[in-house]
Amino acid sequence: MSESVALNEQYELHVNGEARPVRDSWLGESLLYVLRERLGLLGSKGACEQGECGSCSVLVDGELVCSCLVLAASAVDQSIVTIEGIAPIGAPSDVQQAFVDAGAVQCGFCTPGLIMATHALLERTADPTEFEIREELSGNVCRCTGYGRIIEAVQRVAVSRRDSGLA
Amino acid sequence: MSSVTGERISVGRIGDSISRPDGTPKVQGSYAFSSDLSAENCLWGATLRSPHPSARIVSIDISGAYRIAGVEAVITAADVPGSPTYGLISSDQPVFAADVVRYVGEPIAAVAADHPETCRRALAAIVVVYEVLEPLVDPERAIDGSHPDIHPDGNVIRRQRIVCGDPDIVGDVVVEDDYEIGMQDQAFLGLEAAMALPDDDGGGVSLYVATQWLHEDQKQIAACLGVPLSKVRLTLGGVGGAFGAREDISLQVHTCLLALRTGRPVRIHYSREESFLGHVHRHPVRIWMRHHATSDGRLVKVEARMVFDGGAYASTSSAVLINGVTHAQGPYRCDNAVVDGYAVRTNNLPCGAMRGFGVVQACFAHEGQMDKLAAACGIDPVEIRLLNAMVTGDKLITGQIIENVAPVARCIRETAALPLPDEPVGGHDHDPMRLPGGAGRTADSSHIVRGIGFAVAIKNLMYSETFDDYSTARCRLSDGVVTLKFATSEVGQGFITIAGQIARSVLGFDTVVIDSIDTDVGSAGSTSASRQTWMSGGAVNAACIKVRDLLFAAVAVSHDVDPLSLAVDGGDIIAAAGVFRISALEAASGLSFDETVEYHHKPTEDLDENGQGNCHTAFAFVAHRAVVDVDPELGLVKVIQIATAQDVGRALNPLSVLGQIEGGIAQGLGLAVMEEIIMTNGHVRNPSFTDYLLPTFLDMPTVIASLIEEPDPFAPLGAKGVGEPPTISSTPAIVAAIRDAIGKPLNRVPVRPTDIIGLRAFPSI
Repeated sequence: MSESVALNEQYELHVNGEARPVRDSWLGESLLYVLRERLGLLGSKGACEQGECGSCSVLVDGELVCSCLVLAASAVDQSIVTIEGIAPIGAPSDVQQAFVDAGAVQCGFCTPGLIMATHALLERTADPTEFEIREELSGNVCRCTGYGRIIEAVQRVAVSRRDSGLA
Repeated sequence: MSSVTGERISVGRIGDSISRPDGTPKVQGSYAFSSDLSAENCLWGATLRSPHPSARIVSIDISGAYRIAGVEAVITAADVPGSPTYGLISSDQPVFAADVVRYVGEPIAAVAADHPETCRRALAAIVVVYEVLEPLVDPERAIDGSHPDIHPDGNVIRRQRIVCGDPDIVGDVVVEDDYEIGMQDQAFLGLEAAMALPDDDGGGVSLYVATQWLHEDQKQIAACLGVPLSKVRLTLGGVGGAFGAREDISLQVHTCLLALRTGRPVRIHYSREESFLGHVHRHPVRIWMRHHATSDGRLVKVEARMVFDGGAYASTSSAVLINGVTHAQGPYRCDNAVVDGYAVRTNNLPCGAMRGFGVVQACFAHEGQMDKLAAACGIDPVEIRLLNAMVTGDKLITGQIIENVAPVARCIRETAALPLPDEPVGGHDHDPMRLPGGAGRTADSSHIVRGIGFAVAIKNLMYSETFDDYSTARCRLSDGVVTLKFATSEVGQGFITIAGQIARSVLGFDTVVIDSIDTDVGSAGSTSASRQTWMSGGAVNAACIKVRDLLFAAVAVSHDVDPLSLAVDGGDIIAAAGVFRISALEAASGLSFDETVEYHHKPTEDLDENGQGNCHTAFAFVAHRAVVDVDPELGLVKVIQIATAQDVGRALNPLSVLGQIEGGIAQGLGLAVMEEIIMTNGHVRNPSFTDYLLPTFLDMPTVIASLIEEPDPFAPLGAKGVGEPPTISSTPAIVAAIRDAIGKPLNRVPVRPTDIIGLRAFPSI
């Protein structure tokens, strides 16, 4: 009755500006699985497998999506940006640095997804109100912080971008 | 000898709000959580679980799984070489069920294969024949003996009575009620994950795992594998939150067994549904309480009966029960008490540790009672709490004297004095998005009513009842670099941050390296019970002081000064008279020291049959005030603000303390109005983040917090643990606020819309 898993799909993804071949994969693999297990991009995290927590958030053609809900093979010919594409290691983005400084990180498991969501939010709305921050980030669950320091971090970035004329 | 530089390097010392040393890798996605670990040739493991809450296993046929290409191993109870069971307090839980299953989700077999999908198909190909039995799901039937024992150890895990003072005394005013607390899940984001690497000779294993207590895991794993402790080495994999759910064994033994069987690295990652089934939860509890008071509101006697549903296996139920019954009086003076408590076994999910550990449940009941008492006496809820607030030197109903700093009245006063929200009832500008129900846009601002509620808590710190939960730390100083080694689980709370702060303050060096967290050093005890700041902080402090004293001795010889006159001042070592100053770096040049210290807290006692004894180590206190808006017709609640003043002893890192306070309140809010694992006849109805509702950005209100810093003379650094108190009285404060808004009794959490509307009667038992 049960059959072996066919590990024979070949395709190419475009991730963080690079063409990344995917070899000998199972067609049923999610984008999250392929990013992590086949491309070694471990920054996207899996925590619910049903798009409820946002830990696996990536950009696909500029749109914030839960990579656990995207079939990897369906994302060929699309531009994918993961947490690894936000800033080089050791040179965090303004959002990343603000999260560290504001105490917005505890266990850190939700953090990469929240960084992705925050960058996307500030692209759309340069100077969000507290309520807009809450509404826009409500698809990302954090179990440690109670969100207060994360809101503080987002506000710090908005202020500093405004003050430096970036926004 | 250097001259006075005038510079004091103070960044990163005790009291500074420095950021986490692991912050940058965590925001960049490069921090290695346990689920990020892999190895060459690594297999995936997966677990077959019982679909029945109670059944006899007639047969297990694993042959179908072996017929699937890519499957490397299938193991069952017959493949456990050592102890067939494990457990934190009593070893009553099978590694794999052999003859009976006792809860939905109980492991029966495990497989190792080349791909997660292969694992899934292999599990589906295992044929288990069950004879389904009637589950025991009502805790009262575990007590009254009307259901056969579901485990050789019996259906009552523990009973504990407390009788104190005059059990027959009657107050002028008497109030009583029933309370019920639902089963809460810790719901950490980082799912259970581990990777096991077998030794080349197959005789031992290295395990990388997200856990709260490496050495306890090591002990239980070694027993089940039937190997000496030295053959099981554990390293902490990055931990994505814990909150109590990683104190018990879950996938540890299975992962090691599969690695030893296949001779290859094996990793297991739980799914979210599996996580709901695969770890212990907060105990659902039914509580009856009767409070007696004088007519002017002074507490005379507390009577209580508490029944903790421990589920199928004992885990820490007996300790959770003791926390519940010994905290029945709350942070209030009370000379007389009769308390009876049970922790029982049922075919529901096993329950154990979760942030607050039995005190959450007791507090929900005693704070409901204090509000009833206030109403019956015609006294303001805040005033009646102040009137009864305990102080240092008061005696608990166990006979134990509170020796710690006990600023209960100050917690209450400072909380009450914090500003109320300026947001008008119904929200600014009548924006429907801001109303209860939010984006659903169902509420009407003209219907919204506001309520304010208050609650106060006492929480024990560290372990109880003679358990010596010591911690070990090693401090090495070499060429001005301090390296700290400990087995303390960093689960996100920030111990590694304050460990560095302690070392910098004691030794005066800026560079502190945190070594690998593993079993190559002595036990640190568990990251639980709000204990690591006190215990592992105490151990790090003591180890650093030992090294500092050796450094002082060397400086004294080389500079001809009295070692007893030396002190660390910023980055310098000075003589107290002020005539001598040398930079610590210069003083330590060419020297190296290496000291390991165990820190033990004062011994505790067992309780006698009347619940008397100095069973707890120390106590902390907290108060919460909640403001809520409620739509009484739709049954919707929006928490507008939480104010809190917390007894922290001394804030070693105020930013970290605030993080614990806000995060703990979020979990208290979840229990108040959202979170419950719903079980019907032993089956879990909502094991997913779609159906188990966690507070989001939109559910959490603004928190205003006041840290009460009165250093505790018993704490090695004056600092009390801060993790659990925020979770404890936030829940009853929110429920009190909802009661205040709608004028109805609400005695069960989480409060659901049907409770507010009045469609669900309570008690339902």
